[in-house]
Amino acid sequence: MAVVKADFETCQGYANCVMAAPEVYDIDDEGTVVLLKEEITDEERAKVDEAVNSCPVSALSVEDA
Amino acid sequence: MTASVVIVGSSVAGVRTAQALRRGAYEGRIVLLGAESELPYDKPPLSKQFLAGEWPAERVALLSAEAAEQARIELQLGVAADHLDVAERQVVMANGKRIGYDVVVLATGSQARPSPWVAESGLHVLRTIADSQALAADLARDGPVVVVGGGFIGAEVAATARSLGREVTIVDPLEVPVGRLLGREVGSMFVDLHHRNRVATHFGTGVKSVEGRAGQLTVRLTDGQTLTAATVVVGIGALPNDSWLASSGLLVDDGVVCDEYCRAVNAPEVFAVGDVARWMHLGYGESCRVEHWTNAVDQAACVAHNVFHPEALRAYRPVEYVWSDQYDWKIQIVGRPTRATSHCLIGDLGRPSARAAGKPRAVALYKDDSAQFTAAAIVNWPKALVTARRLLAVGSSFDDALSQLEQLAGPRMEPIS
Ligand SMILES: Cc1cc2nc3c(=O)[nH]c(=O)nc-3n(C[C@H](O)[C@H](O)[C@H](O)COP(=O)(O)OP(=O)(O)OC[C@H]3O[C@@H](n4cnc5c(N)ncnc54)[C@H](O)[C@@H]3O)c2cc1C
Ligand code: SF4
Repeated sequence: MAVVKADFETCQGYANCVMAAPEVYDIDDEGTVVLLKEEITDEERAKVDEAVNSCPVSALSVEDA
Repeated sequence: MTASVVIVGSSVAGVRTAQALRRGAYEGRIVLLGAESELPYDKPPLSKQFLAGEWPAERVALLSAEAAEQARIELQLGVAADHLDVAERQVVMANGKRIGYDVVVLATGSQARPSPWVAESGLHVLRTIADSQALAADLARDGPVVVVGGGFIGAEVAATARSLGREVTIVDPLEVPVGRLLGREVGSMFVDLHHRNRVATHFGTGVKSVEGRAGQLTVRLTDGQTLTAATVVVGIGALPNDSWLASSGLLVDDGVVCDEYCRAVNAPEVFAVGDVARWMHLGYGESCRVEHWTNAVDQAACVAHNVFHPEALRAYRPVEYVWSDQYDWKIQIVGRPTRATSHCLIGDLGRPSARAAGKPRAVALYKDDSAQFTAAAIVNWPKALVTARRLLAVGSSFDDALSQLEQLAGPRMEPIS
């Protein structure tokens, strides 16, 4: 189990995270990332890691709970 | 078993390949070689927030020394690779040192196309952090700025220089510079965007010469006009850093030529990633090379997988994606608009007040002859971006894409084709 976090101030709305892990991330009308869930399963971890790495402004993180 | 992976090139493609290998539980040795002595840093902010002085250097860092150590990525920076000895499986460095590998990943990226004009000083290209710092120092002084090249980098530099209060003129031999990529109608909205932000354009005119020095430059145009400038920035495209491979025997043709798995043809233990890679895109049925950040990251994930899992190779066939920030427009392009034959526009970019709340927003949808949805260009509309990217990933028809995006737009945004 792990916890995902986002820095909403830093997010620029590039939506790379939404493409990598649409179950976890969405984007609102103003172009800020939305966390669809905060806790993720081990199966989701690989996709979330990919999303974290694909954010151009390093706005995302994931921490082991 | 692959005991050691050597990655040549320490920017986003190289760093992300190394990180993806470790994330995928690769336990062998990873060596990351880079010509520049700086720790790995990122490029997109170099024409935007970093150039404007809004972001400090820490914010463009890609990999700290601690993070490298923690991930057991051996950094060897400050020396360029000079030759690849494919038979001996060694990278030969400019200082004569030889570094052996089981697999090598070529991630040497690209460089700014050099300026064909020479001035004493004050003439810039923009690719590295040192370039961006040197340009920022000149932009800090008052005086007019001439940008040669109306593509994305040129437009971003113009917007940044304008935000710093400089008087800016852009010159490009094409009448509608972005039109080559997005079509004339959409491209001309980008021209209007410059004008709305009080940036002058000389489009449809080339540069004959640039003379003088910083603060006192003269730019002569092919139509006989002369511009004076304190600073000149030349943004006329990029060239892949592949000339060091000319002696390797690898097939190099505007990039390292690779198969669909990003392996160099005829050398399966050699991979290429990022701006320097020319690979076979099975979706397009032709080889392509992409100079965008997200491509470097996505391709790095694919290459790392293929390095570690040669028994389960994955073909790399991405939906291309690039963003650009110009003035108050956040622009995103998904897919490949140059493959399209017509397009349809939803929303309006011409009138800034088209949307009651805030900035104008629009999406241009592109289709090919078989009515397939091939690309979209989005301005200030994140929801449309997500929808378009999803539809392209599943290979939607143009009509489906159009109706979904019209629905998203709601009744107030009628399509204008
Ligand atoms: C100013 C600027 C703004 C940009 N803005 C955007 C944007 O908004 N959106 C977007 O999608 N893309 C943007 N890009 C493009 C994006 O940054 C590139 O696609 C990306 O950097 C490619 O990464 P790369 O690692 O393949 O190559 P590069 O970033 O070019 O890195 C290659 C690395 O290899 C090193 N190297 C080269 N030759 C050798 C050698 N012989 N031996 C050892 N090391 C070597 C170089 O020093 C460099 O560190 C921008 C680029 C620039 C320059
Ligand atoms: S990738 Fe980063 S910048 Fe883009 S929407 Fe996600 S968090 Fe925001």
